[in-house]
Amino acid sequence: MDDAHRTVETVARASYGRLLAYLSCETRDVAGAEDALSDALVAALTSWPTDGVPRQPEAWLLTTARHRLIDQARRRHVRHDHKGTVRELAAERAATALTGNTFPDRRAELLFVCAHPAIDPSLHTPLMLQTVLGLDAARIAQAFLVPPATMGQRLVRAKRKIRDAALPFEVPTDDELPQRLDAVLEAIYAAYGLGRDDAAGMDAGAEDLADEAVWLARVVRQRIPGEPEVRGLLALMLFSDARRAARRTPDGRYVPLSEQDPGLWSAPAIREAETELSEAASIGRIGRFQLEAAIQSVHAERAQTGRTDWEAVVVFYERLVRLAPTLGARVAQAAAVAEAQGPGAGLALLDRIDRTSVAAYQPFWAVSAHLLRHVGNHSGAAEAYDRAIGLTEDPAARRFLLERRG
Amino acid sequence: MKCVMLIYESVANLESRKDAGRDPYVAAWRAYYKALVGAGVYVSGEPLKANATATTVRLKDGKRHVQDGPFVEAKERLGGFIILDVSSLEAALEWAARCPATASGAVEVHPIDVDLHDIVVTP
Repeated sequence: MDDAHRTVETVARASYGRLLAYLSCETRDVAGAEDALSDALVAALTSWPTDGVPRQPEAWLLTTARHRLIDQARRRHVRHDHKGTVRELAAERAATALTGNTFPDRRAELLFVCAHPAIDPSLHTPLMLQTVLGLDAARIAQAFLVPPATMGQRLVRAKRKIRDAALPFEVPTDDELPQRLDAVLEAIYAAYGLGRDDAAGMDAGAEDLADEAVWLARVVRQRIPGEPEVRGLLALMLFSDARRAARRTPDGRYVPLSEQDPGLWSAPAIREAETELSEAASIGRIGRFQLEAAIQSVHAERAQTGRTDWEAVVVFYERLVRLAPTLGARVAQAAAVAEAQGPGAGLALLDRIDRTSVAAYQPFWAVSAHLLRHVGNHSGAAEAYDRAIGLTEDPAARRFLLERRG
Repeated sequence: MKCVMLIYESVANLESRKDAGRDPYVAAWRAYYKALVGAGVYVSGEPLKANATATTVRLKDGKRHVQDGPFVEAKERLGGFIILDVSSLEAALEWAARCPATASGAVEVHPIDVDLHDIVVTP
Protein backbone atom coordinates (compact mmCIF):
# COMPACT_ATOMS: atom_id res chain seq x y z
CA MET A 1 0.00 0.00 0.00
CA ASP A 2 1.44 3.43 -0.92
CA ASP A 3 1.59 6.51 1.29
CA ALA A 4 -1.51 8.11 -0.18
CA HIS A 5 -3.63 5.05 0.51
CA ARG A 6 -2.23 4.79 4.00
CA THR A 7 -3.00 8.44 4.68
CA VAL A 8 -6.58 8.01 3.46
CA GLU A 9 -6.98 5.08 5.79
CA THR A 10 -5.39 6.83 8.77
CA VAL A 11 -7.45 9.98 8.31
CA ALA A 12 -10.60 7.93 7.82
CA ARG A 13 -9.97 6.00 11.00
CA ALA A 14 -9.08 9.02 13.10
CA SER A 15 -11.57 11.53 11.74
CA TYR A 16 -14.52 9.63 10.30
CA GLY A 17 -16.84 10.35 13.22
CA ARG A 18 -15.89 14.02 13.47
CA LEU A 19 -16.29 14.56 9.75
CA LEU A 20 -19.59 12.72 9.60
CA ALA A 21 -20.95 14.48 12.68
CA TYR A 22 -20.08 17.86 11.28
CA LEU A 23 -21.54 17.10 7.86
CA SER A 24 -24.77 15.64 9.22
CA CYS A 25 -25.28 18.54 11.61
CA GLU A 26 -25.36 20.81 8.58
CA THR A 27 -28.00 18.88 6.72
CA ARG A 28 -29.66 16.80 9.47
CA ASP A 29 -29.39 13.96 7.01
CA VAL A 30 -27.05 11.27 8.31
CA ALA A 31 -27.41 8.94 5.32
CA GLY A 32 -26.76 11.80 2.89
CA ALA A 33 -23.68 12.81 4.87
CA GLU A 34 -22.45 9.21 4.89
CA ASP A 35 -22.80 9.05 1.11
CA ALA A 36 -21.01 12.37 0.66
CA LEU A 37 -18.18 11.34 2.99
CA SER A 38 -17.69 7.98 1.33
CA ASP A 39 -17.65 9.72 -2.08
CA ALA A 40 -14.96 12.03 -0.72
CA LEU A 41 -12.92 9.08 0.55
CA VAL A 42 -13.17 7.44 -2.87
CA ALA A 43 -12.13 10.71 -4.51
CA ALA A 44 -9.12 10.87 -2.17
CA LEU A 45 -8.11 7.36 -3.13
CA THR A 46 -8.08 8.32 -6.79
CA SER A 47 -6.56 11.80 -6.63
CA TRP A 48 -4.06 11.67 -3.74
CA PRO A 49 -1.79 9.04 -5.30
CA THR A 50 -1.34 11.22 -8.41
CA ASP A 51 -1.73 14.79 -7.07
CA GLY A 52 -0.06 14.10 -3.73
CA VAL A 53 -1.55 14.10 -0.26
CA PRO A 54 -2.96 17.54 0.60
CA ARG A 55 -1.35 19.40 3.49
CA GLN A 56 -4.55 19.16 5.47
CA PRO A 57 -6.20 15.91 4.49
CA GLU A 58 -9.15 16.34 6.86
CA ALA A 59 -10.01 19.72 5.42
CA TRP A 60 -9.71 18.34 1.90
CA LEU A 61 -12.14 15.54 2.72
CA LEU A 62 -14.52 17.95 4.38
CA THR A 63 -14.51 20.33 1.43
CA THR A 64 -14.99 17.52 -1.08
CA ALA A 65 -17.80 15.98 0.94
CA ARG A 66 -19.52 19.35 1.22
CA HIS A 67 -19.37 19.77 -2.55
CA ARG A 68 -21.17 16.47 -2.81
CA LEU A 69 -23.74 17.62 -0.29
CA ILE A 70 -24.35 20.78 -2.28
CA ASP A 71 -24.77 18.66 -5.40
CA GLN A 72 -27.22 16.44 -3.53
CA ALA A 73 -29.14 19.47 -2.32
CA ARG A 74 -29.22 20.97 -5.84
CA ARG A 75 -30.66 17.76 -7.19
CA ARG A 76 -33.27 17.81 -4.45
CA HIS A 77 -33.85 21.48 -5.16
CA VAL A 78 -34.81 20.61 -8.73
CA ARG A 79 -37.36 18.21 -7.33
CA HIS A 80 -38.54 19.89 -4.15
CA ASP A 81 -37.32 23.49 -4.29
CA HIS A 82 -34.98 23.47 -1.32
CA LYS A 83 -33.38 26.82 -2.09
CA GLY A 84 -32.77 27.47 1.56
CA THR A 85 -30.56 24.43 2.04
CA VAL A 86 -28.39 25.26 -0.93
CA ARG A 87 -27.99 28.85 0.22
CA GLU A 88 -27.14 27.77 3.75
CA LEU A 89 -24.58 25.28 2.59
CA ALA A 90 -22.97 27.74 0.22
CA ALA A 91 -22.77 30.32 3.00
CA GLU A 92 -21.25 27.85 5.42
CA ARG A 93 -18.78 26.77 2.83
CA ALA A 94 -17.65 30.34 2.44
CA ALA A 95 -17.41 30.67 6.21
CA THR A 96 -15.18 27.63 6.47
CA ALA A 97 -12.96 28.97 3.73
CA LEU A 98 -12.56 32.16 5.76
CA THR A 99 -11.96 30.59 9.15
CA GLY A 100 -9.42 28.10 7.91
CA ASN A 101 -9.37 24.39 8.29
CA THR A 102 -10.47 23.67 11.80
CA PHE A 103 -14.04 22.58 12.25
CA PRO A 104 -16.00 22.08 15.43
CA ASP A 105 -16.52 18.69 17.03
CA ARG A 106 -20.20 17.77 16.71
CA ARG A 107 -19.97 14.13 17.68
CA ALA A 108 -21.86 14.69 20.94
CA GLU A 109 -24.76 16.21 18.96
CA LEU A 110 -24.74 13.16 16.72
CA LEU A 111 -24.80 10.85 19.76
CA PHE A 112 -27.84 12.66 21.13
CA VAL A 113 -29.60 12.23 17.77
CA CYS A 114 -28.77 8.50 17.74
CA ALA A 115 -30.32 8.11 21.21
CA HIS A 116 -33.28 10.42 20.53
CA PRO A 117 -36.59 9.27 22.08
CA ALA A 118 -38.09 9.10 18.57
CA ILE A 119 -35.64 6.33 17.65
CA ASP A 120 -36.31 2.73 18.71
CA PRO A 121 -34.08 2.16 21.78
CA SER A 122 -32.74 -1.11 20.36
CA LEU A 123 -31.17 0.94 17.56
CA HIS A 124 -29.51 3.62 19.70
CA THR A 125 -26.28 1.66 20.09
CA PRO A 126 -26.08 0.35 16.50
CA LEU A 127 -26.59 3.89 15.17
CA MET A 128 -23.81 5.25 17.37
CA LEU A 129 -21.43 2.52 16.32
CA GLN A 130 -22.12 3.12 12.67
CA THR A 131 -22.17 6.91 12.55
CA VAL A 132 -19.66 8.02 15.15
CA LEU A 133 -17.28 5.08 14.85
CA GLY A 134 -17.83 4.11 11.23
CA LEU A 135 -18.45 0.41 11.94
CA ASP A 136 -20.25 -1.38 9.13
CA ALA A 137 -23.66 -2.99 9.53
CA ALA A 138 -22.24 -6.52 9.22
CA ARG A 139 -19.87 -6.01 12.15
CA ILE A 140 -22.63 -4.45 14.25
CA ALA A 141 -24.93 -7.35 13.36
CA GLN A 142 -22.31 -9.80 14.69
CA ALA A 143 -22.23 -8.08 18.05
CA PHE A 144 -26.01 -7.86 18.35
CA LEU A 145 -26.64 -11.35 17.01
CA VAL A 146 -28.98 -10.09 14.30
CA PRO A 147 -28.90 -11.19 10.63
CA PRO A 148 -26.62 -8.69 8.83
CA ALA A 149 -29.19 -7.77 6.16
CA THR A 150 -31.79 -7.09 8.86
CA MET A 151 -29.40 -4.85 10.77
CA GLY A 152 -28.60 -2.96 7.56
CA GLN A 153 -32.28 -2.34 6.84
CA ARG A 154 -32.99 -1.19 10.39
CA LEU A 155 -30.13 1.30 10.28
CA VAL A 156 -31.30 2.66 6.93
CA ARG A 157 -34.84 3.13 8.29
CA ALA A 158 -33.58 4.82 11.45
CA LYS A 159 -31.51 7.28 9.46
CA ARG A 160 -34.47 8.03 7.22
CA LYS A 161 -36.49 8.79 10.32
CA ILE A 162 -33.80 11.15 11.63
CA ARG A 163 -34.00 13.07 8.36
CA ASP A 164 -37.77 12.99 7.83
CA ALA A 165 -38.62 13.90 11.42
CA ALA A 166 -35.91 16.60 11.31
CA LEU A 167 -34.55 15.52 14.70
CA PRO A 168 -32.50 18.32 16.26
CA PHE A 169 -28.71 17.97 16.20
CA GLU A 170 -27.98 19.56 19.54
CA VAL A 171 -26.92 18.85 23.08
CA PRO A 172 -30.21 19.31 24.99
CA THR A 173 -30.72 22.24 27.33
CA ASP A 174 -30.38 21.84 31.09
CA ASP A 175 -33.96 20.85 31.92
CA GLU A 176 -34.02 18.21 29.21
CA LEU A 177 -30.45 17.04 29.61
CA PRO A 178 -30.65 14.46 32.44
CA GLN A 179 -33.26 12.30 30.72
CA ARG A 180 -31.77 12.59 27.25
CA LEU A 181 -28.29 11.94 28.60
CA ASP A 182 -29.57 8.79 30.28
CA ALA A 183 -30.49 7.34 26.90
CA VAL A 184 -27.06 8.20 25.48
CA LEU A 185 -25.25 6.63 28.44
CA GLU A 186 -27.48 3.54 28.39
CA ALA A 187 -26.66 3.04 24.72
CA ILE A 188 -22.92 3.41 25.30
CA TYR A 189 -23.11 1.01 28.23
CA ALA A 190 -25.03 -1.46 26.05
CA ALA A 191 -22.09 -1.46 23.63
CA TYR A 192 -19.81 -2.13 26.56
CA GLY A 193 -22.17 -4.72 28.03
CA LEU A 194 -21.85 -6.75 24.85
CA GLY A 195 -18.26 -7.35 25.82
CA ARG A 196 -18.35 -7.08 29.59
CA ASP A 197 -18.12 -9.77 32.19
CA ASP A 198 -21.07 -9.74 34.50
CA ALA A 199 -20.91 -8.14 37.92
CA ALA A 200 -21.34 -11.62 39.37
CA GLY A 201 -18.24 -12.58 37.46
CA MET A 202 -19.82 -15.53 35.72
CA ASP A 203 -20.77 -14.51 32.24
CA ALA A 204 -17.64 -13.62 30.33
CA GLY A 205 -18.25 -12.58 26.77
CA ALA A 206 -16.17 -11.42 23.86
CA GLU A 207 -14.45 -8.12 24.46
CA ASP A 208 -15.58 -7.01 21.08
CA LEU A 209 -16.90 -3.51 21.50
CA ALA A 210 -15.47 -2.57 24.89
CA ASP A 211 -12.86 -0.20 23.44
CA GLU A 212 -15.44 1.46 21.24
CA ALA A 213 -17.74 2.06 24.19
CA VAL A 214 -14.97 3.61 26.29
CA TRP A 215 -14.13 5.84 23.36
CA LEU A 216 -17.74 7.02 22.97
CA ALA A 217 -17.89 7.84 26.69
CA ARG A 218 -14.75 9.95 26.30
CA VAL A 219 -16.41 11.88 23.47
CA VAL A 220 -19.38 12.76 25.69
CA ARG A 221 -17.19 13.52 28.71
CA GLN A 222 -15.10 15.93 26.66
CA ARG A 223 -18.21 17.82 25.63
CA ILE A 224 -20.11 17.89 28.95
CA PRO A 225 -17.47 17.40 31.64
CA GLY A 226 -19.81 18.71 34.35
CA GLU A 227 -22.21 15.75 34.17
CA PRO A 228 -21.27 13.30 36.95
CA GLU A 229 -22.95 10.27 35.38
CA VAL A 230 -20.85 10.58 32.23
CA ARG A 231 -17.73 10.37 34.36
CA GLY A 232 -19.31 7.61 36.42
CA LEU A 233 -19.92 5.53 33.31
CA LEU A 234 -16.41 6.13 32.04
CA ALA A 235 -15.00 5.13 35.45
CA LEU A 236 -17.15 2.00 35.55
CA MET A 237 -15.94 0.85 32.14
CA LEU A 238 -12.31 1.66 32.94
CA PHE A 239 -12.43 -0.34 36.19
CA SER A 240 -13.84 -3.31 34.33
CA ASP A 241 -11.38 -2.88 31.49
CA ALA A 242 -8.51 -2.85 33.96
CA ARG A 243 -9.23 -6.49 34.73
CA ARG A 244 -9.15 -7.65 31.14
CA ALA A 245 -5.82 -9.50 31.34
CA ALA A 246 -6.81 -11.23 34.58
CA ARG A 247 -10.02 -12.79 33.28
CA ARG A 248 -8.32 -15.64 31.47
CA THR A 249 -5.35 -17.84 32.26
CA PRO A 250 -2.71 -17.97 29.51
CA ASP A 251 -4.31 -21.19 28.26
CA GLY A 252 -7.72 -19.52 27.99
CA ARG A 253 -9.42 -20.69 31.15
CA TYR A 254 -11.99 -18.43 32.74
CA VAL A 255 -11.09 -16.80 36.07
CA PRO A 256 -13.89 -15.29 38.19
CA LEU A 257 -13.32 -11.90 39.80
CA SER A 258 -12.80 -13.32 43.30
CA GLU A 259 -9.98 -15.56 42.06
CA GLN A 260 -8.24 -13.02 39.84
CA ASP A 261 -4.67 -11.99 40.57
CA PRO A 262 -4.82 -8.23 41.25
CA GLY A 263 -1.23 -8.03 40.04
CA LEU A 264 -2.61 -8.53 36.54
CA TRP A 265 -5.01 -5.60 36.80
CA SER A 266 -4.00 -2.49 34.89
CA ALA A 267 -2.87 0.12 37.42
CA PRO A 268 -3.05 3.08 34.98
CA ALA A 269 -6.64 2.19 34.02
CA ILE A 270 -7.60 1.93 37.71
CA ARG A 271 -5.94 5.29 38.46
CA GLU A 272 -7.82 6.97 35.62
CA ALA A 273 -11.07 5.37 36.78
CA GLU A 274 -10.48 6.60 40.37
CA THR A 275 -9.85 10.12 39.12
CA GLU A 276 -13.04 10.13 37.04
CA LEU A 277 -15.06 8.75 39.93
CA SER A 278 -13.81 11.27 42.47
CA GLU A 279 -14.38 14.13 40.00
CA ALA A 280 -17.92 12.82 39.54
CA ALA A 281 -18.48 12.52 43.29
CA SER A 282 -17.29 16.09 43.85
CA ILE A 283 -20.17 17.33 41.68
CA GLY A 284 -22.52 15.92 44.29
CA ARG A 285 -25.25 14.25 42.25
CA ILE A 286 -25.20 10.49 42.73
CA GLY A 287 -26.47 8.19 39.99
CA ARG A 288 -26.59 4.63 38.83
CA PHE A 289 -23.30 4.60 36.97
CA GLN A 290 -21.40 6.29 39.80
CA LEU A 291 -22.72 3.66 42.22
CA GLU A 292 -21.70 0.85 39.91
CA ALA A 293 -18.27 2.44 39.52
CA ALA A 294 -18.01 2.78 43.31
CA ILE A 295 -18.63 -0.97 43.64
CA GLN A 296 -15.86 -1.64 41.14
CA SER A 297 -13.63 0.77 43.05
CA VAL A 298 -14.05 -1.34 46.19
CA HIS A 299 -13.06 -4.43 44.21
CA ALA A 300 -10.04 -2.56 42.82
CA GLU A 301 -8.84 -1.81 46.37
CA ARG A 302 -7.99 -5.47 46.74
CA ALA A 303 -4.87 -4.70 44.69
CA GLN A 304 -3.66 -2.63 47.70
CA THR A 305 -5.27 -4.22 50.73
CA GLY A 306 -5.39 -7.86 49.67
CA ARG A 307 -9.03 -8.15 50.75
CA THR A 308 -12.47 -7.10 49.54
CA ASP A 309 -14.59 -4.90 51.78
CA TRP A 310 -17.87 -6.75 51.14
CA GLU A 311 -19.76 -4.63 53.69
CA ALA A 312 -19.02 -1.58 51.55
CA VAL A 313 -20.05 -3.42 48.39
CA VAL A 314 -23.36 -4.37 50.03
CA VAL A 315 -24.06 -0.77 51.01
CA PHE A 316 -23.49 0.42 47.44
CA TYR A 317 -25.67 -2.36 46.01
CA GLU A 318 -28.51 -1.43 48.36
CA ARG A 319 -28.45 2.11 47.03
CA LEU A 320 -28.09 0.89 43.44
CA VAL A 321 -31.06 -1.46 43.69
CA ARG A 322 -33.16 1.33 45.19
CA LEU A 323 -32.21 3.60 42.29
CA ALA A 324 -32.22 1.07 39.43
CA PRO A 325 -33.65 -2.33 40.37
CA THR A 326 -32.44 -4.16 37.27
CA LEU A 327 -32.20 -7.92 37.25
CA GLY A 328 -28.41 -7.68 36.98
CA ALA A 329 -28.13 -5.41 40.01
CA ARG A 330 -30.43 -7.60 42.13
CA VAL A 331 -28.53 -10.79 41.33
CA ALA A 332 -25.18 -9.12 41.95
CA GLN A 333 -26.54 -7.72 45.22
CA ALA A 334 -27.44 -11.25 46.33
CA ALA A 335 -23.92 -12.41 45.50
CA ALA A 336 -22.42 -9.55 47.54
CA VAL A 337 -24.76 -10.09 50.50
CA ALA A 338 -23.77 -13.78 50.47
CA GLU A 339 -20.11 -12.79 50.76
CA ALA A 340 -20.76 -10.36 53.62
CA GLN A 341 -23.46 -12.22 55.57
CA GLY A 342 -23.29 -15.83 54.39
CA PRO A 343 -24.83 -17.82 51.52
CA GLY A 344 -28.22 -18.15 53.25
CA ALA A 345 -28.73 -14.39 53.21
CA GLY A 346 -27.83 -14.28 49.52
CA LEU A 347 -30.25 -17.09 48.69
CA ALA A 348 -33.03 -15.28 50.55
CA LEU A 349 -32.55 -12.30 48.22
CA LEU A 350 -32.55 -14.55 45.14
CA ASP A 351 -35.80 -16.13 46.33
CA ARG A 352 -37.49 -12.76 46.07
CA ILE A 353 -36.78 -12.54 42.34
CA ASP A 354 -39.63 -13.63 40.08
CA ARG A 355 -38.69 -16.97 38.46
CA THR A 356 -40.23 -16.21 35.06
CA SER A 357 -37.98 -13.17 34.66
CA VAL A 358 -34.84 -15.28 35.06
CA ALA A 359 -35.77 -18.25 32.86
CA ALA A 360 -33.07 -17.29 30.36
CA TYR A 361 -30.87 -15.14 32.63
CA GLN A 362 -27.55 -16.91 33.16
CA PRO A 363 -26.11 -14.92 36.12
CA PHE A 364 -29.13 -15.78 38.31
CA TRP A 365 -28.49 -19.51 37.87
CA ALA A 366 -24.74 -19.20 38.22
CA VAL A 367 -25.04 -17.33 41.51
CA SER A 368 -27.80 -19.67 42.73
CA ALA A 369 -25.63 -22.71 42.00
CA HIS A 370 -22.66 -21.21 43.81
CA LEU A 371 -24.70 -20.37 46.92
CA LEU A 372 -26.66 -23.65 47.00
CA ARG A 373 -23.38 -25.52 46.92
CA HIS A 374 -22.14 -23.50 49.88
CA VAL A 375 -25.19 -24.31 52.00
CA GLY A 376 -24.75 -28.00 51.15
CA ASN A 377 -27.80 -28.35 48.88
CA HIS A 378 -25.99 -30.43 46.27
CA SER A 379 -28.93 -31.56 44.17
CA GLY A 380 -30.28 -28.01 44.00
CA ALA A 381 -26.82 -26.76 43.10
CA ALA A 382 -26.46 -29.34 40.29
CA GLU A 383 -29.82 -28.28 38.84
CA ALA A 384 -28.87 -24.60 38.96
CA TYR A 385 -25.41 -25.30 37.49
CA ASP A 386 -27.08 -27.09 34.59
CA ARG A 387 -29.38 -24.14 33.93
CA ALA A 388 -26.38 -21.78 34.06
CA ILE A 389 -24.25 -24.00 31.81
CA GLY A 390 -27.08 -24.30 29.30
CA LEU A 391 -27.42 -20.52 29.17
CA THR A 392 -23.71 -19.81 28.80
CA GLU A 393 -22.41 -18.73 25.42
CA ASP A 394 -18.71 -18.36 26.23
CA PRO A 395 -16.94 -21.75 25.98
CA ALA A 396 -14.40 -20.85 28.69
CA ALA A 397 -17.13 -19.87 31.14
CA ARG A 398 -19.06 -23.03 30.24
CA ARG A 399 -16.00 -25.14 30.98
CA PHE A 400 -15.49 -23.35 34.30
CA LEU A 401 -19.08 -24.04 35.35
CA LEU A 402 -18.94 -27.67 34.19
CA GLU A 403 -15.91 -28.19 36.42
CA ARG A 404 -17.59 -26.51 39.37
CA ARG A 405 -20.65 -28.65 38.90
CA GLY A 406 -18.53 -31.78 39.04
CA MET B 1 -42.60 -18.24 16.21
CA LYS B 2 -41.30 -21.72 15.56
CA CYS B 3 -37.75 -22.31 14.36
CA VAL B 4 -35.70 -25.36 13.68
CA MET B 5 -32.04 -25.43 14.61
CA LEU B 6 -29.96 -27.78 12.48
CA ILE B 7 -26.93 -28.73 14.55
CA TYR B 8 -23.71 -29.24 12.63
CA GLU B 9 -21.04 -30.77 14.81
CA SER B 10 -17.31 -31.17 14.38
CA VAL B 11 -15.95 -34.68 13.98
CA ALA B 12 -14.15 -34.36 17.34
CA ASN B 13 -17.41 -33.42 19.08
CA LEU B 14 -19.26 -36.28 17.43
CA GLU B 15 -16.53 -38.66 18.58
CA SER B 16 -16.89 -37.46 22.17
CA ARG B 17 -20.54 -38.55 22.18
CA LYS B 18 -19.35 -42.13 22.41
CA ASP B 19 -18.24 -41.56 25.99
CA ALA B 20 -21.64 -40.11 26.79
CA GLY B 21 -21.46 -40.79 30.51
CA ARG B 22 -18.47 -38.61 31.27
CA ASP B 23 -17.65 -36.30 28.40
CA PRO B 24 -17.97 -32.56 29.14
CA TYR B 25 -19.45 -31.95 25.67
CA VAL B 26 -22.31 -34.31 26.44
CA ALA B 27 -22.68 -32.78 29.92
CA ALA B 28 -22.96 -29.36 28.27
CA TRP B 29 -25.69 -30.71 25.99
CA ARG B 30 -27.61 -32.13 28.92
CA ALA B 31 -27.46 -28.70 30.58
CA TYR B 32 -28.45 -26.99 27.34
CA TYR B 33 -31.61 -29.11 27.04
CA LYS B 34 -32.49 -28.31 30.64
CA ALA B 35 -32.06 -24.59 29.97
CA LEU B 36 -34.25 -24.80 26.83
CA VAL B 37 -36.99 -26.64 28.69
CA GLY B 38 -36.66 -24.38 31.74
CA ALA B 39 -37.07 -21.29 29.59
CA GLY B 40 -40.18 -22.80 27.99
CA VAL B 41 -38.90 -22.61 24.39
CA TYR B 42 -38.25 -26.30 23.69
CA VAL B 43 -40.72 -28.09 21.37
CA SER B 44 -38.84 -31.21 20.29
CA GLY B 45 -35.53 -32.43 19.01
CA GLU B 46 -33.43 -35.49 18.41
CA PRO B 47 -29.75 -36.37 18.11
CA LEU B 48 -28.87 -38.29 14.93
CA LYS B 49 -26.63 -41.31 14.58
CA ALA B 50 -23.26 -41.02 12.83
CA ASN B 51 -23.33 -39.57 9.33
CA ALA B 52 -22.03 -42.81 7.84
CA THR B 53 -25.37 -44.37 8.75
CA ALA B 54 -27.26 -41.88 6.60
CA THR B 55 -28.54 -42.93 3.19
CA THR B 56 -29.53 -40.58 0.36
CA VAL B 57 -32.27 -41.61 -2.08
CA ARG B 58 -33.03 -39.92 -5.42
CA LEU B 59 -34.95 -40.70 -8.56
CA LYS B 60 -33.11 -39.84 -11.79
CA ASP B 61 -35.16 -40.33 -14.95
CA GLY B 62 -37.44 -42.53 -12.95
CA LYS B 63 -34.58 -44.72 -11.75
CA ARG B 64 -33.61 -45.14 -8.16
CA HIS B 65 -30.27 -43.79 -7.04
CA VAL B 66 -29.24 -44.83 -3.58
CA GLN B 67 -26.09 -43.42 -2.08
CA ASP B 68 -24.28 -44.02 1.20
CA GLY B 69 -23.89 -40.98 3.38
CA PRO B 70 -25.61 -37.58 3.56
CA PHE B 71 -26.89 -35.49 0.61
CA VAL B 72 -24.40 -32.70 1.31
CA GLU B 73 -20.86 -33.60 2.33
CA ALA B 74 -19.32 -31.10 4.70
CA LYS B 75 -16.54 -30.95 7.23
CA GLU B 76 -19.10 -30.54 9.98
CA ARG B 77 -21.80 -33.18 10.14
CA LEU B 78 -25.49 -32.84 10.76
CA GLY B 79 -25.68 -34.24 14.27
CA GLY B 80 -29.21 -33.39 15.34
CA PHE B 81 -32.04 -30.91 15.28
CA ILE B 82 -34.13 -28.97 17.77
CA ILE B 83 -37.45 -27.25 17.23
CA LEU B 84 -37.95 -24.11 19.31
CA ASP B 85 -40.91 -21.86 19.94
CA VAL B 86 -39.53 -18.38 20.63
CA SER B 87 -40.68 -14.77 20.63
CA SER B 88 -38.43 -13.65 17.77
CA LEU B 89 -35.67 -14.68 15.41
CA GLU B 90 -33.25 -12.78 17.67
CA ALA B 91 -34.22 -14.99 20.59
CA ALA B 92 -33.63 -18.08 18.44
CA LEU B 93 -30.19 -16.78 17.45
CA GLU B 94 -29.33 -16.26 21.11
CA TRP B 95 -30.18 -19.88 21.81
CA ALA B 96 -28.12 -20.91 18.79
CA ALA B 97 -25.14 -18.98 20.15
CA ARG B 98 -25.41 -20.83 23.46
CA CYS B 99 -25.58 -24.25 21.81
CA PRO B 100 -22.53 -26.36 22.79
CA ALA B 101 -22.00 -27.28 19.12
CA THR B 102 -21.31 -23.71 17.95
CA ALA B 103 -17.81 -23.48 19.45
CA SER B 104 -16.41 -25.92 16.88
CA GLY B 105 -19.34 -26.55 14.55
CA ALA B 106 -22.29 -24.40 13.52
CA VAL B 107 -26.02 -24.07 14.06
CA GLU B 108 -28.33 -23.19 11.20
CA VAL B 109 -31.53 -21.46 12.28
CA HIS B 110 -34.53 -21.76 9.97
CA PRO B 111 -37.91 -20.19 10.70
CA ILE B 112 -40.67 -22.75 10.15
CA ASP B 113 -43.21 -21.85 7.46
CA VAL B 114 -46.40 -22.22 9.49
CA ASP B 115 -48.71 -21.09 6.65
CA LEU B 116 -47.35 -23.66 4.26
CA HIS B 117 -47.54 -26.26 7.00
CA ASP B 118 -51.26 -25.63 7.32
CA ILE B 119 -51.78 -25.99 3.55
CA VAL B 120 -49.72 -29.14 3.20
CA VAL B 121 -50.55 -30.93 6.42
CA THR B 122 -54.31 -31.43 6.40
CA PRO B 123 -55.98 -33.53 9.05
